[in-house]
Amino acid sequence: MTYHVVEDPIKKVAIFGGTHGNELTGVFLVKHWLENGAEIQRTGLEVKPFITNPRAVKKCTRYIDCDLNRVFDPGNLGKRMSEDLPYEVRRAQEINHLFGPKDSEDSYDIIFDLHNTTSNMGCTLILEDSRNDFLIQMFHYIKTSLAPLPCYIYLIEHPSLKYATTRSIAKYPVGIEVGPQPQGVLRADILDQMRKMIKYALDFIHNFNEGKEFPPCAIEVYKIMEKVDYPRNENGEIAAIIHPNLQDQDWKPLRPEDPVFLTLDGETIPLGGDCTVYPTFVNEAAYYEKKEAFAKTTILTLKAKSIRSSLH
Amino acid sequence: MCSRPEPPEPLRRVAVVGGTHGNEMSGVCLARYWLRAPGELQRPSFSAVPVLANPAATAACRRYVDCDLNRAFTSAFLTARAHPDDPYEVTRARELNQLLGPKASGQAFDFVLDLHNTTASMGTCLVAESSHDVFAMHLCHHLQLQSPELPCRVFLYQLPGEESYSVHSVAKSGLGLELGPQPQGVLRADLLARMRALVAAALDFIQLFNQAYRKVSSVDFPRTETGDLAGTVHPQLQDRDFEPLRPGAPIFQMFGGKDVLYEGESTVYPVFINEAAYYEKGIAFFQTEKLTFSVPALPGLAPAPSPAP
Repeated sequence: MTYHVVEDPIKKVAIFGGTHGNELTGVFLVKHWLENGAEIQRTGLEVKPFITNPRAVKKCTRYIDCDLNRVFDPGNLGKRMSEDLPYEVRRAQEINHLFGPKDSEDSYDIIFDLHNTTSNMGCTLILEDSRNDFLIQMFHYIKTSLAPLPCYIYLIEHPSLKYATTRSIAKYPVGIEVGPQPQGVLRADILDQMRKMIKYALDFIHNFNEGKEFPPCAIEVYKIMEKVDYPRNENGEIAAIIHPNLQDQDWKPLRPEDPVFLTLDGETIPLGGDCTVYPTFVNEAAYYEKKEAFAKTTILTLKAKSIRSSLH
Repeated sequence: MCSRPEPPEPLRRVAVVGGTHGNEMSGVCLARYWLRAPGELQRPSFSAVPVLANPAATAACRRYVDCDLNRAFTSAFLTARAHPDDPYEVTRARELNQLLGPKASGQAFDFVLDLHNTTASMGTCLVAESSHDVFAMHLCHHLQLQSPELPCRVFLYQLPGEESYSVHSVAKSGLGLELGPQPQGVLRADLLARMRALVAAALDFIQLFNQAYRKVSSVDFPRTETGDLAGTVHPQLQDRDFEPLRPGAPIFQMFGGKDVLYEGESTVYPVFINEAAYYEKGIAFFQTEKLTFSVPALPGLAPAPSPAP
C-alpha cells in the first residue's frame, strides 16, 4: 500500500518580478503578464503577477535603501510603520499585508520570485526547506520537463546563512534564478528559459489540483555550506579576483588544490580545506558588497513521498 | 600649396584612466592597483600617470552619480561658470580638465588612454573620435598587430559636426579601450589580463615612438653662398630612415662628386631623410638618438584612493 501525502489544492499563486530592480527578466515577464496574463492562467487557479520593488525597477537599480530580499524577517515586518524606515522595509510590510501575513492561514499558497544572476548558474530553483514533499515534487517535475537543459536546485536551508526572502511569506516559497545575465540587460535566451520554468511550474500545480498522483521521487540538490569572501587589503578593497579556472564554473566540482583566486601580482590562491565542494554564485556582481565571491555547496539527495490533492 | 608635415614630438605626458564609469570594473581595478604600485606604467622615456576618474561613482559601484562623466567634456560644460548645484560629474570634468587639459590647449596631456567595459559582446574595441588623430590610428594598428588571434576593432564614434565629449578628448591625442562582455560590477580575470596587456602594449608603442622620434637636431643640405643646394642626400643614406648612422659614414654627395661624411661623435638614427617639404625649412634629415632614462611620475596628479565601501 503506497503512502500518499495529501495536500490541499493550491488556490492562490503569485509571481514576483523586480524584487531587485535591475534583474530584468522577471521585471519584463511580470509587466507583460500584467498586460496579458493568458499564458499564466490555469483553470481553478488564481495567478497574480506583481512588481515588488517598483521604485528600484524605475531606477534600474538593485534597491533604493536596502535589499528587499533580506528584510522579510519578523523583526522588520513588525516594526512600527514610519517615514523613517528604509523604503524596502516599508514595502516589505505592504507586501506582507497583500500576500501574507507570513506564517498565517491567509497567506498565498505559492510565490515564485524571479531573479537573474551575473553568475553562470543556468536555470536554478531555490529551495528553503529540505522536507517539503510538495516542492520537491514540483522541482522534480520542472527539472524533468526542462531536460536536456540543465536545471540546478540550490538548498539554502542553513541555521545562519538562510535569509528572509520576499517569497518566504508564502506557504510554499520558490526562488527562480536564471543566469548569466548582466544587471540592466534583457537577453532573449534567458527570458525563454525563465518563461519555460514558470510554465512547467504552473502545469505541475494544475495537474496536482486535477488529482494527478505524483509517485515518490528523488532529486539531487546543492546545499549551501559556507560563503567565501574575496581576499581584501587593509582598505577593504578586493585584493584578488575569481581565478579564470573558476570563472563560469558554477556547480562543477572544486577540489582543495584547485585555484579559486588570482591576485594582481599573479599569485594563485587554492580552495584549501579537505573536501570537494560545488561552487555557486561565482562572481555575482551584487554580492561584492555582501562579501561573497562564491558559495560552497555539497550535493545531497532529497526524497519526496508520493503526493496527491485532498479533493480527489 | 602642399601640406607641411609637423615633425612629431615625443609623448611625455601620458595618463591611463580607469573608473570613468564606476561599475566598469577592469579599469577601476587597474587604476586602483596602479595608484598603489605604478611601476608597470613606467617606460624609459616617460611614465604614464594612473587616474581614477570618477571616485564617487566608483565608491558606489555605479556608472555615475548625477550624469555620465564620459559625456561631460564639451566646451559648454568645461567653460561655464561653476555653480554649487552643478552635477557631480560636471564639477569633476572641470577638475580633470585642469589635471589633464585644458582641452585644446598647448598644456594638455599628450595622450590619454581611457579604460571601459561593456556588457555587449564587443571583444576588444578601440574607440576614437575620428581618423584625424593620426597617432591614435597608428597605435590602433600596432595593437591590432600585437594580437592577431584576437580581433581588435576600431570604432570611430564622432558624428559629423559633433563636438568631442569623452574623457580622452581632453588630451592632444587619446583612445578609449572597450572590452566586453562583462557585466557591470563584475571583475573577470580574463578581461582584466587582456586590458592590462593592451595598456602595456600601448605604452610600449609610445616608448617606441618616443625613441624613434627623439629629435636631437636637424641637418641641412650643403648649400652655396647664395643658399642654393650644393649637393644631395648620399645614395647610402637615402631611404635609410631609422637605421644607425655611424661617424664617418657618407651623408651628402656634392654635385661635383665629393662625399660629405657624418662627423658626429656617436651613432644617430636619421629620420625624415629627404622630405620634400623640408627643403625650404633647411632640413635634409633629423638626427635622433636612442636614450634610456627614467622620468619620475609627476606628483600631485593622482587623487588619493577612495575609502573602502
